[in-house]
Amino acid sequence: MGNLLTIRDLRLEAGSRSAPTVILEGLDLDLDRGEVLGLVGESGAGKSSAGLAAMGFVRDGVRIAGGRIDFDGTDLARAPQRTLRRLHGRRIAYVAQSAAASFNPAHRLIDQFAEGPILHGTADAATAQADARALYRQMQLPDPDEIGFRYPHEVSGGQLQRAMTAMAMACRPDLIIFDEPTTALDVTTQIEVLGAMRDITERFGTAAIYITHDLAVVSQMADRITVMRHGREVETAPTRRMLDAPQQDYTRSLWAVRSIRKPEATGPAEPVLTLDGVSAHYRDFKALDDISFGLCRGRTTAVVGESGSGKSTLAKVIAGLMPPGAGRVAWDGTPLAGHHDRRTKDQLRQVQMIYQMADTALNPRHTVRETLDRPVAFFTGLSGKARRARVRELMELIELDPDAFLDRRIPELSGGQKQRIGIARALAAEPRFIICDEITSALDQIVAEGILKLLIRLQRDLGLTYMFITHDLATVEAIADEVVVMKEGRIVESGPRAQIFDAPRQAYTRRLLASVPQMDAGWLDRARRDAARARSAETAA
Amino acid sequence: MTRLQKLILSRLALGIATLFVVSALMFVGIELLPGDLAQQILGQSATPETLAAFRAELGLDQAPHTRYLDWLSGVVQGDLGQSLASGREVTDLLSTRLANTMFLAGYAAVIAVPIAVTLGLLAALWRNSLFDRSANVGALSAISMPEFFVAYLLILVFSIKLGWFPTLARIDTATSLGQALHVTFLPALTLIMVVIAHMMRMTRAAIINVLAAPYIEMARLKGVPRWRVVLRHALPNALAPIINVIALNLAYLIVGVVVVEVVFSYPGLGQLLVDAVASRDFPVVQAVGLFFAGTYILLNVAADILSILSNPRLRHAR
Repeated sequence: MGNLLTIRDLRLEAGSRSAPTVILEGLDLDLDRGEVLGLVGESGAGKSSAGLAAMGFVRDGVRIAGGRIDFDGTDLARAPQRTLRRLHGRRIAYVAQSAAASFNPAHRLIDQFAEGPILHGTADAATAQADARALYRQMQLPDPDEIGFRYPHEVSGGQLQRAMTAMAMACRPDLIIFDEPTTALDVTTQIEVLGAMRDITERFGTAAIYITHDLAVVSQMADRITVMRHGREVETAPTRRMLDAPQQDYTRSLWAVRSIRKPEATGPAEPVLTLDGVSAHYRDFKALDDISFGLCRGRTTAVVGESGSGKSTLAKVIAGLMPPGAGRVAWDGTPLAGHHDRRTKDQLRQVQMIYQMADTALNPRHTVRETLDRPVAFFTGLSGKARRARVRELMELIELDPDAFLDRRIPELSGGQKQRIGIARALAAEPRFIICDEITSALDQIVAEGILKLLIRLQRDLGLTYMFITHDLATVEAIADEVVVMKEGRIVESGPRAQIFDAPRQAYTRRLLASVPQMDAGWLDRARRDAARARSAETAA
Repeated sequence: MTRLQKLILSRLALGIATLFVVSALMFVGIELLPGDLAQQILGQSATPETLAAFRAELGLDQAPHTRYLDWLSGVVQGDLGQSLASGREVTDLLSTRLANTMFLAGYAAVIAVPIAVTLGLLAALWRNSLFDRSANVGALSAISMPEFFVAYLLILVFSIKLGWFPTLARIDTATSLGQALHVTFLPALTLIMVVIAHMMRMTRAAIINVLAAPYIEMARLKGVPRWRVVLRHALPNALAPIINVIALNLAYLIVGVVVVEVVFSYPGLGQLLVDAVASRDFPVVQAVGLFFAGTYILLNVAADILSILSNPRLRHAR
């Protein structure tokens, strides 16, 4: 076979040898020279472990329990550390999910680039530095001759991710493992990074394994796709066929996730929470600049923007966590004090918040019962039997069985279950208005879909008003009635969902919408062209 | 003015304020002790008249706050005053003792710091190996033994049984450097054993903490050998806690040596302090106390500055 990489019947285990946790089971993968294979699945599917195993590398506590990893004639599953070290970086390179965390903060980018070539003896320092500049240029980094002399913290996330791809190319490897390289990036940045990655792998004929949970992204990058679940392969097919005619039910369910649509809102739009000329600063940095809009009773207003657009600051101002520098926030016509200390208990009760990271927003030492009992007691003053009944009722509202879950501790719950507890805790106050701050960004698509459906149902049953902060436009399209687009602390455009999505008036909104990955084959090329055009239009305007 | 300069200035200003508080506290402390210098020198049988006369001569008959302010105004003008017990200038009294203390501290530090950091790095490199475990057990035992016990143990073995080193570490101006190194080896070794464990364990912990970072995995996936991962990728990011623990231990070597000096009769500041407290000789106590406090403050400021310099994110803040 002319295969570059052949994995046969690979089994990875963690934990004790007597009762191991199986991470990968019977995995087979084949990769030709110059071919790009997409690995798709939800978190915990084992796709990152599979990617690392393709390098013969396992994380601490994990071991290769069986199978072969044949890389160009060497079995990496049995190769000694010395052999692996000679291959790593030189013939197989790795691009990590978070470039910001994966660049060493103590060294300059170019020194980290040159380390591999010097260590592997493929270039001396001067040659490596010259090559770094050339690759930085090909990756379309700004100021390619100088950018390498910066430290990682002086460079933006999207630029770091491109610098990391350049670093992976340093020894011209035969294979690069891309491990969710654009997951942490904004959609508009993602396009540039994806484009640069695809160009450079094509240019050098490098084979790649592209790991992601985003089907639209993988459909732009991969020649073939393997879908994984619970450490096993579900199915493998060439990209086109996989998208057009998936064979397995699980694959079809992944494909169908983006299909929720909240019914069009009816009845009068009656603003219940209004912001009037709100501004806020972090020292000299203006995070919010003259924000005015109203949130309508019983509806969902999505606030969309890239990181740094001020959407989370907006949530803090409304919740009273950050007093605004100017302007006012009013609930039903009554002004709310800037600081939560000076709001009445009833005002506090009416505005609740659900956070992005349920993991850190819930006390890990508490059981579910304790987590819910306290806000119920604090806000409703119920005691004894009535309070216990209310806690059970909350569990039923979020569709978790009270008998099974009330006595579990938070760390024993899955990500989706934790987020449901976060919702129940907000509901415990019997609020009128809930701020949802990126609550589905850390969740897999299928789990996120369940949470969104729950929120839609709760809104219908309890008449809640939501402010939904997100950078994910697919989520906005699914659940928003009204959309507010923010950029650099200002509102770019706002209006009903249909108007924003079907007839956006501002160039920035159009660019944001065009950046959402689509599954059709030509999307990335089209989006790159559009982005370039939109940017020049924005600078002209 | 840069951030670093601002930080240094504010720390130094804060340090000077701390010194005032420390001097006031020490003065109150000495006042609270029963008896005074006159009583100590003249003994229990002295008549009230002689005591009163002697106190008047030393100025001890004045109100406490007047004496403190007198002393303070002297210090601000650079005059540490005279010892009440001997009448000698405090500066003279301090200078040789200070040199001896710094000599012993430097001697111990030059040996202890490199050994501790190296052991800590090796323990982190070979984590959970036999080496790591024995280093940890050794360090824990050294830390758990009180220093006077370690000192007497060393004397028993190296002076009495083997006869390699003297039991007393007496040095004066006539002692040559070679002799001094020989004579003070046991007190230095005692100090080394006390401080090495702390620094080693902190170095190991700081490195292991950094080894969990994603950029360490990235370095390994670039094919970087393990020792180089530890030295080049982990160590620069673990410097701040290591520098701080070294500074803390250097301060201890200078100010915490009282017990060791007494055991070995070493003529350092610790001995001087013990004698001065016993005779209620407050100008001497104050001078030594201020020096100790100043050492702590300066070493901590130095540690903060070095921590900032070792971190590009603070050095090149955006």
